[in-house]
Amino acid sequence: MALRRDWVYENNGGTCVAIAGSDYCVIAADTRLSVGYSIYTREFSKICNLADKCVLATSGFQGDMKALQKNLAARHLIYQHQHNKQMSCPAMAQLLSNTLYYKRFFPYYTFNILGGLDSDGKGCVFTYDAVGSYERVGYSAQGTGAGLIIPVLDNQLKSPSPLLLPAKDAVTPLSEAEAVDLVKDVFASATERDIYTGDKVEIVVINASGIRQELMELRKD
Amino acid sequence: MFRNQYDTDVTTWSPAGRLFQVEYAMEAVKQGAAAVGLRSTSHVVLATVNKATSDLSSYQKKVFKVDDHIGVAISGLTADGRVLSRYLRNECINHAFVYESPLPVSRLVVRLADKAQVCTQRSWKRPYGVGLLVAGLDETGAHLYYNCPSGNYFEYQAFAIGSRSQAAKTFLERRFESFNNYSRDELIKDAVFAIKETLQGEKLTSAICTVAILGKDEAFHLIDQKIIQEIIDSIEIKEDAPAEQAPEQDEAGSSGAAPMDI
Repeated sequence: MALRRDWVYENNGGTCVAIAGSDYCVIAADTRLSVGYSIYTREFSKICNLADKCVLATSGFQGDMKALQKNLAARHLIYQHQHNKQMSCPAMAQLLSNTLYYKRFFPYYTFNILGGLDSDGKGCVFTYDAVGSYERVGYSAQGTGAGLIIPVLDNQLKSPSPLLLPAKDAVTPLSEAEAVDLVKDVFASATERDIYTGDKVEIVVINASGIRQELMELRKD
Repeated sequence: MFRNQYDTDVTTWSPAGRLFQVEYAMEAVKQGAAAVGLRSTSHVVLATVNKATSDLSSYQKKVFKVDDHIGVAISGLTADGRVLSRYLRNECINHAFVYESPLPVSRLVVRLADKAQVCTQRSWKRPYGVGLLVAGLDETGAHLYYNCPSGNYFEYQAFAIGSRSQAAKTFLERRFESFNNYSRDELIKDAVFAIKETLQGEKLTSAICTVAILGKDEAFHLIDQKIIQEIIDSIEIKEDAPAEQAPEQDEAGSSGAAPMDI
């Protein structure tokens, strides 16, 4: 563990996934917090409701995750005071990117996925690297299990390339229930082979009627 | 006569031991449109008169949400009020960030008062020309404070500031002893009534007043204009038939004859 005095980060493991639909967005993350080969806790939420149409899932170093969430929540409060309304998901996406790049030379060790509904009510997912490079996509996975999950999502969701012209919709034609089932399946699969993923998966679904949350058990080994 | 010699600078005392610039700042508060605040044990209500400079313009915002558990109503230089509200919001956000808990109201008003005091002791500054009614709810209960430009602050059961506020104060002085037991709706009604007193004959409509409330299970928010109009209508009905209507409004009929003070 942190015996080196020049290494201030820790990888707490875990995986996040998000899928955008035509009128919904599914964001999911496991609830295991680990260090090295140990588990700190089996019930840790990596998901934060930033706005009523915008949810952030973060994997990586949870100390930085907590600080980042608090930072964004405070900025959102200021925005609400000034504009008298909630931030839209694309606006929050840009804010998150700027916040991450602000610490370009001492980064937040976080791998983020932002999910929600855009101003047209369509699902949107934004995926980030640690220093704020981001892109709007139809689906994404981040964290220790991402390498196991992304190929499966690529296969199932067949998202068109963003380089195509005319621009094709990135959101999946899957229904909300099908997308949630897919998320449950990919988490169950990642849990099998990734030691840092397991215990429970917290699934959050945003649609026109609001935000709902469900928990599913995963293997605990 | 002597006032004019010692009133140029905020840092100049008069021979009588007064700071005239600070007193002039308090005058500015009295010129602003009226604002009233009332509290019970579980709720605090703020109400203001929406004064527009002309029929063509809109009225200025006088009620600001500072946090879920704190709101302010201002009277005087509204620009100063806006700036101070931004300061109050920042203080609440910073406290919640560090301590993960809402800023206690008494601490917020002290910070505001200290900020106002600084402006009374710097030759390159001027006092804020705005009085704030700070309504808040924390672990110690519901609170209503009044912050002056002088840097003083006082806690009240109910208070009114701004032009023609004396009429509202007289009304509140008669009723304040029972406020602690008031229900949420009774408190709102009395706030609207107090505003009516300050209008002194002018027609009371929901367009001319803004009412906000906060309570134990209720974050600070402005009350919808339609609901305010309903309350105004019910007050007017009771005034037309004072004798037989609801027992707790027994004074509603007699307040039509309230003394028209300054």
